[in-house]
Amino acid sequence: MTLSPFVHQWSAIAFVAALAVVGEVMIASGMRQLGDLDDIRATRGLLGTIAAVLKNARFVIGALCMALNFFSMLFALSIAELSLAAPAIGALTYIGNAVAAKFFLRERVDRRRWLATMCVVVGVILLAR
Amino acid sequence: MKHVLKPSQYAILVAIMLSASIGDSFLKRGMGQVGAVNLNHLGLLWHALFNPYVDIGIVFLIGFFAAYTTALSWADLTFVMPATAFGPVVIALIGRYWLHEQLSVSRWLGIGLIVCAVGFVAGGPSRTEHPELDQMDAGASR
Repeated sequence: MTLSPFVHQWSAIAFVAALAVVGEVMIASGMRQLGDLDDIRATRGLLGTIAAVLKNARFVIGALCMALNFFSMLFALSIAELSLAAPAIGALTYIGNAVAAKFFLRERVDRRRWLATMCVVVGVILLAR
Repeated sequence: MKHVLKPSQYAILVAIMLSASIGDSFLKRGMGQVGAVNLNHLGLLWHALFNPYVDIGIVFLIGFFAAYTTALSWADLTFVMPATAFGPVVIALIGRYWLHEQLSVSRWLGIGLIVCAVGFVAGGPSRTEHPELDQMDAGASR
């Protein structure tokens, strides 16, 4: 079975955006778990802070997802036009982050933040035109 | 409880807004000097590491990642997100006022919407409080 170019391109775009969402949510979750880095730096110094961040499993998984996201982005750009892939990945990532932040990070995504997310999505699409 | 940001935390958000776009601009300039990289010329990627513009770009991108992770330690992801979207706005404004490029109406609209988004979230609380989750997380990280 061969996939049509449309399905192929949008599958790659959705995969790249999903990796970005998982990566950013894991990093955000890891940072919330650690607490304010300024406070950690005040007690443990800069090297101690870097060590604390690098020892956090959620941060490491998130950073790995972001690295994978970078390479899958290169693949997506090889099969889809930049003018389609860049705004589509950006827009899907912002919407996915807002949904994931509400349900996984349990952030209070109120009307103000939804409005901001939609402004960013439309703004990114308009800037890429 | 409404979290009020300290001046140093506003500086971190400004660093997020500026560092990625400045880093990308340096990388673009450096890679323009290095030449196109494809599967037959992967060695150029190693060569690129010795280009000063690429090196400066990498330093800025490391700075972006450090500022981004720092911001996520005291603010919500949905609070920090619009700041990360500000990069293309900075690039468009550099193009308009430094390189004297013409910006279309749709790009000005895009800039306006992203500026509005930053304004919307900046006026609200930076962090959602979850005392019970934070306690569980603190226990797990010990």
